[in-house]
Amino acid sequence: MTLVQGGEITEKADRPAKSIGDYLSSHLREYGLLFALIAIMAFFQIVTDGTLLRAVNVTNLLLQNSYIVIMALGMLVVIVSGNIDLSVGSVMGFIGALAAVMIVNWDQSVFVTVIACLVTGALIGAAQGYWIAYWKIPSFIVTLAGMLVFRGLSLWLLEGQSVGPFPSEFQVIANGFVPDIFPAGVGTALAALFDVRRLNVLALGFGIVGAASLVWIGLRQRARNRSYGIVDEPRSFFIARNAIVAAAIIFITYKLSTFRGLPNVLLTMGVLTIIYAFLTQNTVIGRRVYALGGNAKAAKLSGIKTERLTFLAFVNMGILAAAAGLVFAARLNTATPKAGFALELDVIAAVFIGGASMSGGVGTIVGAVVGAFLMGVLNNGMSIMGIGIDYQQMIKGLVLLAAVVFDVYNKQKQG
Amino acid sequence: MSSLLEMREITKEFPGVRALDRVSVAVKQGEIHAICGENGAGKSTLMKVLSGVYPAGSYEGEIVYEGEPVAFRDIRDSEARGIIIIHQELALVPQLSVAENIFLGNERATRGVIDWHETNKRTEALLAKVGLREPPTVKVDSLGVGKQQLVEIAKALSKDVKLLILDEPTAALQENDSRKLLDLMLELKAQGVTCIIISHKLGEVRYVADTVTVIRDGTTVSTLDARQDLSEDRIVRDMVGRDMTHRFPEHARTPGDTLLEVEGWSVWHPEHADRRVIKDASFTVRAGEVVGIAGLMGSGRTELAMSIFGRSYGRNISGDIRLRGKQVDVSTVDRAIAAGLSYVTEDRKSLGLVLDETVRFNTTLANLPAVSSGGILNRNEETRVAEKYRDALAIRTPTVFQKVVNLSGGNQQKVVLAKWLNTAPDVLILDEPTRGIDVGAKYEIYTIINELAAEGKGVVMISSEMPELIGMCDRIYVMNEGALVGELAAAEASQERIMSLIVNE
Repeated sequence: MTLVQGGEITEKADRPAKSIGDYLSSHLREYGLLFALIAIMAFFQIVTDGTLLRAVNVTNLLLQNSYIVIMALGMLVVIVSGNIDLSVGSVMGFIGALAAVMIVNWDQSVFVTVIACLVTGALIGAAQGYWIAYWKIPSFIVTLAGMLVFRGLSLWLLEGQSVGPFPSEFQVIANGFVPDIFPAGVGTALAALFDVRRLNVLALGFGIVGAASLVWIGLRQRARNRSYGIVDEPRSFFIARNAIVAAAIIFITYKLSTFRGLPNVLLTMGVLTIIYAFLTQNTVIGRRVYALGGNAKAAKLSGIKTERLTFLAFVNMGILAAAAGLVFAARLNTATPKAGFALELDVIAAVFIGGASMSGGVGTIVGAVVGAFLMGVLNNGMSIMGIGIDYQQMIKGLVLLAAVVFDVYNKQKQG
Repeated sequence: MSSLLEMREITKEFPGVRALDRVSVAVKQGEIHAICGENGAGKSTLMKVLSGVYPAGSYEGEIVYEGEPVAFRDIRDSEARGIIIIHQELALVPQLSVAENIFLGNERATRGVIDWHETNKRTEALLAKVGLREPPTVKVDSLGVGKQQLVEIAKALSKDVKLLILDEPTAALQENDSRKLLDLMLELKAQGVTCIIISHKLGEVRYVADTVTVIRDGTTVSTLDARQDLSEDRIVRDMVGRDMTHRFPEHARTPGDTLLEVEGWSVWHPEHADRRVIKDASFTVRAGEVVGIAGLMGSGRTELAMSIFGRSYGRNISGDIRLRGKQVDVSTVDRAIAAGLSYVTEDRKSLGLVLDETVRFNTTLANLPAVSSGGILNRNEETRVAEKYRDALAIRTPTVFQKVVNLSGGNQQKVVLAKWLNTAPDVLILDEPTRGIDVGAKYEIYTIINELAAEGKGVVMISSEMPELIGMCDRIYVMNEGALVGELAAAEASQERIMSLIVNE
């Protein structure tokens, strides 16, 4: 009945937003996430009497969530490609165990250990990706198997014991800080100016430069959009959003600079985030991952090697899980058989809170990172308040559900 | 003989389309009544009206069944009165057994607990009736299509069927299976079951039918008594004998050298290893030529095209492909694209587009290297390319940043075309390029096709609409059951000649 199906769909175009309200309702998701993060931070800042944003706690918050953020980067790619990886918590634990055994029991150098661990992570990702990509076995099942296998392997490798401690060269991966390259006099002068005991100029400078480049990139994008006649966000929104983000970055780095400076991990995390944001948005391979997740058949018929792409997404995930494993082990200064237990769920939750779609093809790196920090602030704030782990779990679960319900509701309203 | 069923002046409208226009059919008690017509003539719509898929009130006209007017609200209503449809796509659950399928939704159970003894015993009796010698516990997916068809009929018989409707029952069957099925219909008729059969195959219509109703463009053309005045010529003429309702843009072509040659192309089914889907097909396309492939749905046209395009369908593919006289490797999609082939799918929504992405995203998708350097996308260049095609093909969208899901069917089709034109192909295979789009958009697509031919590209056009092929093509190949059964030059092509090549297997 080809004739009958021919009813033309009426053209439904995005008309220019008539008012700020219209614009807000069509971009509720991105703003919602940012507002939610701010609201939650403000809430905990008040109920914890300012403990949340104390310099030491801000530093802690970043260190505590670094491995989640690192894995969320890989998980975002995996989920956008239309898959899922349940094994990352176990893989992370296994790599931590491997690092401990190599350094403590086998006396290997830190350098050799780090390289070996990252290669092992890639191989683990390849082993799982092989079945998923070329045998078309659902990723849920393959990585569920991987979750059990690598949990078992870490137990076996550690013989059920905790292995540690690590030499300090290894610990700096997670607990080290970037030394201030500016002369000490500058720091002391500024410290006096801000009426604090000390001030790390590098950390503060890093924040100011970071915030400035973010605003600059935003302005450039805005100018380009305008020249192509794309409907862009209202000026007031652009200014407000950038002001908030820039202020937040400067504020956080200022807090860091009054404590011990820029953590190594923050640097790693920041660089990785920028690399992956660029990779997903501005490269051919990133574009193809979105096409694969959006419509695998159409992607394949467009000449995209969908199997290889799926395989690579898992290899990438394996490497990032290994990196997270190193950070985690270094931070705890010991490898335990339980390391990374159930962590995959936090990672996956972060990606979905960040706006990714279970069916693939939708999601951003920035969203996933913000999602991870949103969960991190929740964890941290509730712990400071002394809320029991029971309530913490319930609240986190409801937040995840609310975020996804919000997504679905938004989509239905637009569709 | 009295009428079991009378459908009087049935009119059914969809938004913008009148699918049925005062169609009347009278089916006599105990006869086999054939309904013939082209794809899209309205046969399936008529059956959906009858069975309550389109509930009473959604159509105009009257249905009189067993002497009284009826108004079915859904399929359960019509099944309760003994009207049962067996659709083209079988509605069996492959992982369940024959007995489970037959009594699905009608389980022999007391308080939710199934009586397997009773179920299997009754299944055996039903299977014996339809002549299928298989145990009731065998899984449906281990049976061939012919036997599955028999299971469907047994399922219908389990519901005390009075009027059995078979929608193209032999479309997927081999010769001897078809024959068995037709004989079974005659046997059921002897037992007093009235049948309606929808079929394109005139040979089998003549074999079983007592009465033939021909439908064309949603209206009843003729009702013929099979025992008196039934000639195949007459039915074919009634089926296709309409005026050229579509207009085609003017074109004058002078085809050049041979571009694409396909020789001895055979393809086996991806799952049923012993089924050869494409049988030794050979055809050529010259530069600046539009070549049509005619055939009914399921004749293997799409399978032929997709197996050529990077082996996207089937396995154990054999045969040669030459472009400009040279053997080319088209064994993967990217190699086929590199060789200069493009395939515009018939199913743009599930195979052609990433619906939730923008016009720009979709336009550049098949040729990202052209808008990137060193693997990094140049978004300005991408936008420029997308806007170039938006203007060239008159894609109606506010900006190229619009999601394609929000475009109309015709404009979506143009985006798919843009994607393939952006790969700079020499030969384009267009599979049902005007399916599901309105008349105005069709005209625009035809114009684009003419422009492509004028640029010296070779175009293969697959279509179920014969007037479209006759109006657009220089040559037409006719395909039936996986084989190219004839070739007609534009001058000698007519709907009657194409149809008779198809039906005279």
